[in-house]
Amino acid sequence: MLAVIESLPAYLAGFQMTLYLTVVSGILSLLLGTLLAAARVSPLRSLRSVSTFAVELGRNTPLTLVFVFFVFILPGVGIILPLGTLPAIIALTVYTSAFVCEAVRSGINSVGIGQAEAARAIGLGSIGTLRLIVLPQALRTVVPPLISVLIALAKNTSVASGFAVVELTATGRALARDYPADVIWMLLGVAAFYLLITIPAGYAASRIERRVVFSR
Amino acid sequence: MSRSVLYDEPGPKTLRRERIASIVVAVLLLALGAYLLAGMINRGLFDDRWLVFIDPPKGQTAFDVWTALLRGLRATLTAAVVAAPTAFIAAFILTTLRASGSSWVGRPVVVLIEFLRGMPVLLMMFFGLLALGLSAFWAVVFGLVLYNAAVMAEILRAGLAALPKGQVEAGTAIGLTRWQTLRIIQFPQVIRLMLPSLISQLVVLLKDSSLGFIVGYPELLRTMQLNYSFFGDRYRFPLFIVVLLIYLIVNLTLSRLAVALQRRTSGIA
Repeated sequence: MLAVIESLPAYLAGFQMTLYLTVVSGILSLLLGTLLAAARVSPLRSLRSVSTFAVELGRNTPLTLVFVFFVFILPGVGIILPLGTLPAIIALTVYTSAFVCEAVRSGINSVGIGQAEAARAIGLGSIGTLRLIVLPQALRTVVPPLISVLIALAKNTSVASGFAVVELTATGRALARDYPADVIWMLLGVAAFYLLITIPAGYAASRIERRVVFSR
Repeated sequence: MSRSVLYDEPGPKTLRRERIASIVVAVLLLALGAYLLAGMINRGLFDDRWLVFIDPPKGQTAFDVWTALLRGLRATLTAAVVAAPTAFIAAFILTTLRASGSSWVGRPVVVLIEFLRGMPVLLMMFFGLLALGLSAFWAVVFGLVLYNAAVMAEILRAGLAALPKGQVEAGTAIGLTRWQTLRIIQFPQVIRLMLPSLISQLVVLLKDSSLGFIVGYPELLRTMQLNYSFFGDRYRFPLFIVVLLIYLIVNLTLSRLAVALQRRTSGIA
């Protein structure tokens, strides 16, 4: 137990890296995922099918395989990324974007078509319909699943520990090696830091979900 | 695709314009694809290195390569096949305890589920490996079971909540105990209702079994790595593509099954 307090600086450094990976690839995959979702609901068939293909590919490939691709396969082909956080951020972004796209798309689809028809019936143009009727409703339904996607991302950053990034899980592994007598406490310490991210986020998601429910 | 809420039913003019724009985009995307492909050919990605699957070097036969990969796949599937039913049974027990009505039992179970759901699977595998001293295989199974038991317990709880209240009341009315109501009335309906979600969770479980690569379990990815270390780095790309295809085939089959089941059950309800 004492060893956990002793190694608090190491935990904090690892926690910082986990947060960094989560925030950077979270923002990037929100952007990329929204773009993909826009392509997936666009009237252009070719854009739709490319986006569908990309999302299906992303959702059915294990994250470890994505990591392996950017860390081991691309360099083998001659495209060398600097080792460390960059391949991890790219892999996490590519993987998470597919899930962001699905969340955004189902949010848009959850708005009943009658809503748009009603908006048109009272004389709103297409921009007005989107801005006043469709997007406000879609955004509300999208936020809780998006938070779940981001929680999953925070947990998924642990995969980076297998690919030369020293974040929380890698820190825990190193500490378990350094304090063989306190392995259980060391790993529970790591767990506590993960819960520091995931529990409040999950709480926020369920609160927002409850507040949004009345609109349906 | 049916018209979405985002835009009006297009007229003939818009349809024509959309079709032209779609073709233009398709041509641009094809050009990009061709450019990437040309780059890959220039790097020699489509030369004789693919022969590794037909006539591999270093005195190996194609049979050796394929059996190695299939053995890797079998290791991946074994971990998943051992973990999935165990997780399901554990989820059942957790849900039953949670629904037992006693807060002395229910509260700790809720805390346990939240704790397990909030943690990375990989960390649990390391816990099994380092703290409990399990072998790599059992560490993988340990992580998969704990995490997926918690997630499946959540799925079952959502299913219980979705059932009409009258079902429980009917059970109580004919004198069934709480456990009997759960077993005879609620769970059979919940499982049918939640089967699609449970199968989607199986896809997640299967994908997560690839984390065995990091904890040193010789599954599909590790087999791939061993193969290209043996044959040489130029074989990384073809081996990767084949492993990717294997994963896609297995996972897409499972996902399709989930979608088909969803269609069937929603047809009934």
